[in-house]
Amino acid sequence: MTTSAVTSDEQPTAVEAVGTGLKDRLQQFLAFASLIAIFLFFSIASSSFLNYSNVTAILFSTVVIGLLALGTTFVIITGGIDLSIGTGMTLCAVISGVLITNSGVPVLLGVIGAVLFGGLIGLVNGFNVSILGIPPFIATLAMMLVAQGLALVISDSTPIYFTDSPSYIGISTGHLFGVDFPNAVLVLAVATVIAAVLANKTVLGRYTYSIGSNEEATALSGINVRRWKLVIYTLAGLFTGLAGVMISARLASAQPGTGLGYELQAIAAVVIGGTSLAGGKGSIVGTIIGALIISVLNNGLQIMSIPQEWQNVILGIVILVAVYADMARKRAVV
Amino acid sequence: MSEQPLLLHVQGVSKTFPGVKALEAMHLDLRAGEVLALVGENGAGKSTLMKLLTGVYEADEGEFFLNGEPYEPTSTKHAQELGISIIHQEFNLMPDLTVAQNVFIGREPRGSRLFLNERRLNAQAAELIERLHLPLRPKELVGNLTVAKQQMVEIGKALSYDAKLLIMDEPTAALNDAEVEVLHDLIRRFVRPDTGVIYISHRMDEIKQIADRVTVIRDGRYVGTRETKETTMKEVISMMVGREISGEAKPVGVQADRDVVLEVSGLSTKDLLKDVGFELRKGEILGFAGLMGAGRTETARALVGADGISSGTIRLRGREIRIHSPAEAAKHRIGYLSEDRKQFGLLLEQEVNANIGLSALAERFQKWGFMKDKAMRATSREYVKTLRIKTPSVAQTAKNLSGGNQQKVVIARWLVKDCDVLIFDEPTRGIDVGAKEEIYRLLNDLAEQGKSIIMISSELPEVLRMSHRIVVMSEGRVTGTLDAGEATQESVMHYATLRPDENPEDAAELGLVEQA
Repeated sequence: MTTSAVTSDEQPTAVEAVGTGLKDRLQQFLAFASLIAIFLFFSIASSSFLNYSNVTAILFSTVVIGLLALGTTFVIITGGIDLSIGTGMTLCAVISGVLITNSGVPVLLGVIGAVLFGGLIGLVNGFNVSILGIPPFIATLAMMLVAQGLALVISDSTPIYFTDSPSYIGISTGHLFGVDFPNAVLVLAVATVIAAVLANKTVLGRYTYSIGSNEEATALSGINVRRWKLVIYTLAGLFTGLAGVMISARLASAQPGTGLGYELQAIAAVVIGGTSLAGGKGSIVGTIIGALIISVLNNGLQIMSIPQEWQNVILGIVILVAVYADMARKRAVV
Repeated sequence: MSEQPLLLHVQGVSKTFPGVKALEAMHLDLRAGEVLALVGENGAGKSTLMKLLTGVYEADEGEFFLNGEPYEPTSTKHAQELGISIIHQEFNLMPDLTVAQNVFIGREPRGSRLFLNERRLNAQAAELIERLHLPLRPKELVGNLTVAKQQMVEIGKALSYDAKLLIMDEPTAALNDAEVEVLHDLIRRFVRPDTGVIYISHRMDEIKQIADRVTVIRDGRYVGTRETKETTMKEVISMMVGREISGEAKPVGVQADRDVVLEVSGLSTKDLLKDVGFELRKGEILGFAGLMGAGRTETARALVGADGISSGTIRLRGREIRIHSPAEAAKHRIGYLSEDRKQFGLLLEQEVNANIGLSALAERFQKWGFMKDKAMRATSREYVKTLRIKTPSVAQTAKNLSGGNQQKVVIARWLVKDCDVLIFDEPTRGIDVGAKEEIYRLLNDLAEQGKSIIMISSELPEVLRMSHRIVVMSEGRVTGTLDAGEATQESVMHYATLRPDENPEDAAELGLVEQA
């Protein structure tokens, strides 16, 4: 064997295809294996960790961060960032409260309104980033502040309660299938499937990866990059809106003063899931695994009575280890 | 054993990467005081050998001797200290720092332990520049320099280490003829009885000019070494590719009175282009010649809407069209293949399949927004076959392909899109001789099929052998249009060096001083 390049024979084609597929699967397997390892650790370390209600609680607590992380995965794969998802989520929750509680709009329409409002926030982000050319970090940092302020202004700085709309609260805590399994988890599951299909099976997904790999080359290939970035930021906004609905349904209220910090947790989930902040690489499955790792850690550490402050320290270290391990693995493969 | 002292002696070196034998029993001798050209097709193992020499990789087997002493570099820095410096095709410069700051990066003279002594830094740089006769100023910002001058900064940096052996990897890929001359002068001054240069290049004419001997490698193995004076380009090329290549080809299918497909007139931009006009006919290869900075790439980019224009009309088959973005150009079936494949062409980290299908995705490989992955893969495989793209599969990551094959991937992308007008900007830059021939064949085939092709090229022989007609540009204007029959190197160069506004003395300088 002296020639490195092989002409278009069929035999090595199959070998190579398996090779690359395996590599991708290995990456997700590693993240998944870490999740299992952490899970097993807590199961052994604490007797009250591994039981049906606690596992359900973990899944339940993943919903909001998970939804935010799903949407922002698309933005991050394009090489962008969205810092406005935390307070944007709160603003959408307030909008939901204004529509349903203050204006008496039917719950279904209120939910749709809140989700679409999230899309509008994303659209504005997309406009600022792709049409005006403002760097994503700055554009969404500004939106983070705008959303935070607007949420307080619109709600007059007081929480809006959904106590009169039990069906709204049921979106999160109800049990559609009768069993003791919250609807919120189902919402996250469906959203994950939708996001995965969008990322892997649609033109939108393909362009998301293309733009992240090489924006200029994608534009020169005749793709309307500006328009697609607009679409991608809007998509992220829709997920933000849905997260706003889910968090306010869970709390039975829209809390206008909250939201800040969620964006960083979501970005952390995306990064732990193996998505590169440089763009072009990442996966939806990875993001969900990342979100689950964060939830399991928070839950497990809490059960072991480790103070909140230390939980953050540990989460920070986990992010470093996850990203470093990912980089080291890539170097080893090359 | 050689009678002349060997500056560098490489013996029996092998290097294997997972799945690939990059070098096997490699052999190389560099005599003191000579310029040795190292040639080989892309993927022949040149860069691997250079990376071994500069301590980036470690050899599996074999020995290196520098001035007779065993040479085992552990890092690029260590190699530099031992006297081997390399200048890469892609520069490692900080555009926001000055020439002096770049040259002495990491070795800045200090006033005390903490503070930099900027004055001494600039003085040292000035001294170096003086010694090497470089047309540079220490305090210039590197980002403002032309490519040729940036390269000189690299050379200055390399030689400031007191290098005995200088390796240059395709140093002239981005230089025009006059700049190449300056570079060659510099090399000749550098070579003394105790120093040597390894010069990697694809340009045979340059090798004849500068190198004493040529070493050819192929598929990771040593093929042979020839004295430049006693060999012919043809022999070297056939050693490289392992087969004969027809030397003096002429444009094929030249034919007058074809239908005009694209008509450009009065095209101007704010920065450079002034009143550019030309016609492109059906089934024709229209060459664009000119020096660096003449405005050829800018014309192409303005034409496809990548950059804005201040005036000008474009007619496609007689109908006036306006193009504001490459996406609109693609709708009119006009495709542009950038000169810089890596930056503006490929999605390096993505599969070959994703790269080939990119432009036609929305049109051919989707329904209701869902991708038809199977159809896309089938099409990609088809083009991999017809264009003879060397890749194990369409699932291969694009960055793992050689330059020529990467270029074919980008070409395939536009063929899948079924464009009528294709603009190739430096289609063979950085591509080895064998692959060049294939690209030429491909261009001729496309023209034959009735596609209209604009080929921008800085290599005159390439323009002359491929073009049915040649548009020559200088300083943002079209200075001449030549038919294949009347075009010669001399006539093209005449128009390329014409300066519309200025006096002749300035024109003489044109080759050296690129207009900002």
